[in-house]
Amino acid sequence: MSDSAGPENPPLAVPGAKRPSRLAMPWQTRWLGVAFIAVVFVLWEIAAASGTLPALSFPRMSAILATWWSLIVSGELLGELVPSLLRMFAGYFLGVTLGILLGLLMGYFRFFYNLLEPITEVLRPIPSPAYLPIVIIFLGIDDEMKIFMIAFASLFPVLLNTYSGVRSVDPIQLQTARTFGVAGRKLVWQIVLPAASPYIFTGMRVSLAVALIVMVLSEMVAASSGIGYFILSAQRGFKIREMFAGVLTLAVVGYILNRLFVAIENRVLAWHYGYTQQQRN
Amino acid sequence: MTGPSRSFLHIRGVRKAFAAPGGTTVALNGIDLDIERGSFVSIVGPSGCGKSTLLLIIAGLVAPTSGLVFLEGRKVESPPPSVLYVFQQYTRSLFPWKTVERNVTFGLENRESLSREAIAARTREIIGLVKLTGFERHYPWQLSGGMQQRVAIARALACRPAVLLMDEPFSAVDALTRVGLQELLRSLWRELGLTVIFVTHDVDEGVYLSTRVVALSRAPGTVAVDLPVELPHPRDQISTRALPQYLDYRARLLAQLFADEGLIETEAA
Repeated sequence: MSDSAGPENPPLAVPGAKRPSRLAMPWQTRWLGVAFIAVVFVLWEIAAASGTLPALSFPRMSAILATWWSLIVSGELLGELVPSLLRMFAGYFLGVTLGILLGLLMGYFRFFYNLLEPITEVLRPIPSPAYLPIVIIFLGIDDEMKIFMIAFASLFPVLLNTYSGVRSVDPIQLQTARTFGVAGRKLVWQIVLPAASPYIFTGMRVSLAVALIVMVLSEMVAASSGIGYFILSAQRGFKIREMFAGVLTLAVVGYILNRLFVAIENRVLAWHYGYTQQQRN
Repeated sequence: MTGPSRSFLHIRGVRKAFAAPGGTTVALNGIDLDIERGSFVSIVGPSGCGKSTLLLIIAGLVAPTSGLVFLEGRKVESPPPSVLYVFQQYTRSLFPWKTVERNVTFGLENRESLSREAIAARTREIIGLVKLTGFERHYPWQLSGGMQQRVAIARALACRPAVLLMDEPFSAVDALTRVGLQELLRSLWRELGLTVIFVTHDVDEGVYLSTRVVALSRAPGTVAVDLPVELPHPRDQISTRALPQYLDYRARLLAQLFADEGLIETEAA
C-alpha cells in the first residue's frame, strides 16, 4: 500500500451522492429526466384532448392534476394517507426489528441457522397475496391483519441481508475485539452490528418498497380507509380522475420515502462509502 | 496449575497441527521459550514456519494442539487483559466506522472503569505519543498506511498492556515510513517498559529492534537459533546498522534462514 494518501484528503465526503455539476448543461443532469416526465404528461394531455385515448378511462392530465390538487387542499387525501402510513410503518418496523434479530441469531449461532434456514427458504418465496386469505382467517380484516402482512413481507429481505452481513464480518475485527476483552452482547453491539450495517441497510431498503406494496394490496382487499382503499373505491365508483390522483399520490409518497431513506443511509453509512472507495483506489 | 515461579512469559512444548487435505500439517513442533519482562524479542523465519500462529497462541486467540503458555505464572487460555495484539493488516483490524479517536478509546471504554475525563486525557496523551495529534476526527481510511498502523499501536498502548504482540506490523508500509515506525516503537518500548514480541520476516529489522532474536525453522516450526542481541542503546538507524556486531548477528541469522530455504549449503551457525 502506498503511503502517499495523506491527511490532505478531503474530509468525509459521500461519493456518488453528488457529481461535479458546475459546468453541466441541463441535459447532462437529472433535470433531463424531470423534463421527460413533463413531456409524457403533455403527450397524455394531447392524446386525451384529441380523443386518441378513450376519454372515459383516460381523463386529461390537467383534469387529473386539478382533481388531485383539490383532494389535497380538502385534506381528503391526507385523511386516507395517514392511516395507511401508520400501518405501513408499524408493520415495517416490526418486520425490520424481527429480521435483524433473527438474522443476527442465524449468523451468530449455527444452531439457529440450522433451525430457521429451511423454514425461511420455504416461506420466503410465497407471494404475499397467496397467504393473505389465511391471515384474514386468523386476524380478521382490520389493522392487525394489515400490519402482520406488511411485517411478514418486510421481514425476509432484512433477515437474509443481516445474515449475510454477520457472516461477512472480518475475522480480524472480531479477533481484535476479543483481545480487548469485548465479547457477547458487547461484541454484537459494538462490532457485529456496525460492521454488518451496510448489508442491513440494503435489506431495509428492499423491505421499504415491499412494505408499500403490501400496504396497498392489503387495503385493496379489505379496508374502509387508506390510500389503497381510496384508489379501488374510486375505480369502482367510476371516479377515474380520483383514481389517478390516488396513484399519483403513491408515486410521490414512494419517491419521498426512498429519498428520505437514502438521506439517512448516506449519513449513517458515510464511513462505508469512504472506506470502500479508499479500498478501490 | 502453576507455571515456573518468578516467571514472566513461558512457552512450554507448544505444538500446533492443522487439519489439511490429505492429513495434518504441523505448524509448530515443540516450542520452548522463556521471555523476560521488558525484553524485545523478534521472531524471524521463512513464511509458513508458524511464527504468526505462535503469536496467536501467546495471545490466547488460538489454542495449541499441545503445550502450554504461562503469563506471570498463569496459564493462558483466553486473551489475557495485559496482552495486546497489533495485526499486520491494519486496514482490517481498525474499525472503519470509528474515527481515530474512537478507535483509540475502544479498548479503554471496554476494559477499564475510567471516568470520561480520564479516558479523554489518556487518549490525548497516547495520540500525542504516536504523533497523530490533529487527526482525531479523521477516519482510519482517510490516513496513510503508516498513520493507520500508528492508530492501531495507539489503540493497544492506551490500555497500558504489559506485553505487546506484533505480527509483521510494518510489512505493508514503504521503507521510509517503516524506519519512522521502527524508531517510534523503540522509543515507546523504552519509555513504557513494555515487553514486545515482534514477528517479522525481515532479519535486519529484527536485529535492529530487539534484545533477542529467535529464528524458527520451516514447518514443522522449531526454534533453530536463539540469539541475544547485545547492541548498545540508544540505537541509530545508520551507525548501529554499521557495527560489526550487528553485521555478525545478521549474518548468523541469514545463514540459518538461507540454509533452511536451501538457498545456500553451509550449516547454520
